[in-house]
Amino acid sequence: MDFKFLLEQAPSGGMTYLGWMMSGLMWTMLVSISAWIIAFVLGSIIGVLRTVPLRIPRLIATTYVEIFRNIPLLVQMFLWYFVMPEIVPSELGDWLKGTYPNLIALPFAQFSLWEFSAAVLCLGLYTASRVAEQVRAGIESLPKGQTNAGLAMGFTLPQVYKYVLLPMAFRIIIPPMTSEFLTIFKNSSTALTIGILELTAQSRQISEYTFRTFESFTVATLIYIVITLTVIFIMRLVENKVAVPGYVSQGGH
Amino acid sequence: MGEFDFSIIIKSLPILWSGLLLSLQLFGIALAGGIFFGTLLALARLSSFKLLSYPAAGFVNLIRSIPFIMAIFWFYFLTPVLMQKLTGQQGEAVGPFTSAIVAFIMVESAYYSEIIRAGIQSVPRGQPWAAYALGLNYWQAMGFVVLPQAFRNMIPIMLTQAIILFQDTSLVYVVGLKDFLGAASKAGQLTGRIVELYIFVAIVFLVICFGASKLVKYIQVHMDPTRQRALKKDVTLNGPGWAPGGGI
Repeated sequence: MDFKFLLEQAPSGGMTYLGWMMSGLMWTMLVSISAWIIAFVLGSIIGVLRTVPLRIPRLIATTYVEIFRNIPLLVQMFLWYFVMPEIVPSELGDWLKGTYPNLIALPFAQFSLWEFSAAVLCLGLYTASRVAEQVRAGIESLPKGQTNAGLAMGFTLPQVYKYVLLPMAFRIIIPPMTSEFLTIFKNSSTALTIGILELTAQSRQISEYTFRTFESFTVATLIYIVITLTVIFIMRLVENKVAVPGYVSQGGH
Repeated sequence: MGEFDFSIIIKSLPILWSGLLLSLQLFGIALAGGIFFGTLLALARLSSFKLLSYPAAGFVNLIRSIPFIMAIFWFYFLTPVLMQKLTGQQGEAVGPFTSAIVAFIMVESAYYSEIIRAGIQSVPRGQPWAAYALGLNYWQAMGFVVLPQAFRNMIPIMLTQAIILFQDTSLVYVVGLKDFLGAASKAGQLTGRIVELYIFVAIVFLVICFGASKLVKYIQVHMDPTRQRALKKDVTLNGPGWAPGGGI
């Protein structure tokens, strides 16, 4: 095993192979974090809708979750990237594939902004269905008396959610939400199928250029592990900071 | 908006069907292998021998912290190398399907071992103690007392994981295997009608996975293979109209 090749000049991009790896990491983070914002916001809304006592919104939210959960992520990736531009009006489709603002001028990017957007949209909407299930589970884990007490105090239903249910639910679901973020972080590697050179793709590209497959995969794997451990560590701190006294800690800490 | 031509799916049915068969084959082997090795991994993790439990925990956490695709690449690269080392033969090429199978079994055994570990831990400690007290050895206690109860408790979550596994088989696309998605992609390249084929693949997956998840829910509620049924009886006993402290 010899990792010195990482400091050699790579054939393109004007940087070393380590630089390629770091640019892969950067795209992994950019895709994951952008997609997480979509997943968190949309997932929270859908999760709340799945618990409201209104038939139609609940049906819409349930349908959303069932559709996005039951199609493989990779198939969804292809639907957004290959199929979507073909079934929207052709001017929009052409704009997406061609004249959409380009990233190639940016450092490290060998793909267009459209590829990046498709990957973020796909991962975000897919993970929203998983986040929605966590939010719903968090809300449903609260005693029914909390809603009733809120309503009896004269709160409207939105107020009950805003002041009573959600502040509790979001704190309870920090551990499963952390693993959802780690899932989106790992799932971001599926973006390599539509040309995003994220960490996994870069490690394979480096192995193809240098024939040092073992070393290059080892570096990528270590980066994934370090990030996973860092996220878990930070979220533990957050969890302790915002823990509901006498509620979450009942789990036997 | 382009014209749709769904007759292309009829024309591509043979290639799509062989792709679906490959997906199902991969799914079946990975499921069986994943549960088998997952059980061994879970037993190793719960073992009091640190020489067993630490490597098992390390392997499971390693696999769970890297992307599935990264794991596929790893085993795709390692399997031929290891096979060569094991058999000592040079140039004995291991096909992409074998490498994919190894990758899937390894990854799924890590995921399943976590489920099985939770299942084993859900069995009260008194059960293995009672088994040991009756003179059963470790494998007898595990095989006849603990694991049957653990597996019954785990059935719904194991089935749910099986649905996820079926969806994940589409990831072999990254090593160029003609699974269901790969076959559709190939047929799309041949005919130039990728849109219809990908939509068809999405619908087939949606129907299979949605149907399967409904079935799992049905099993969970109606066929309840666990001890929940007995618990529910207790709940009705303890329900309204039954005074606490009454009875026996």
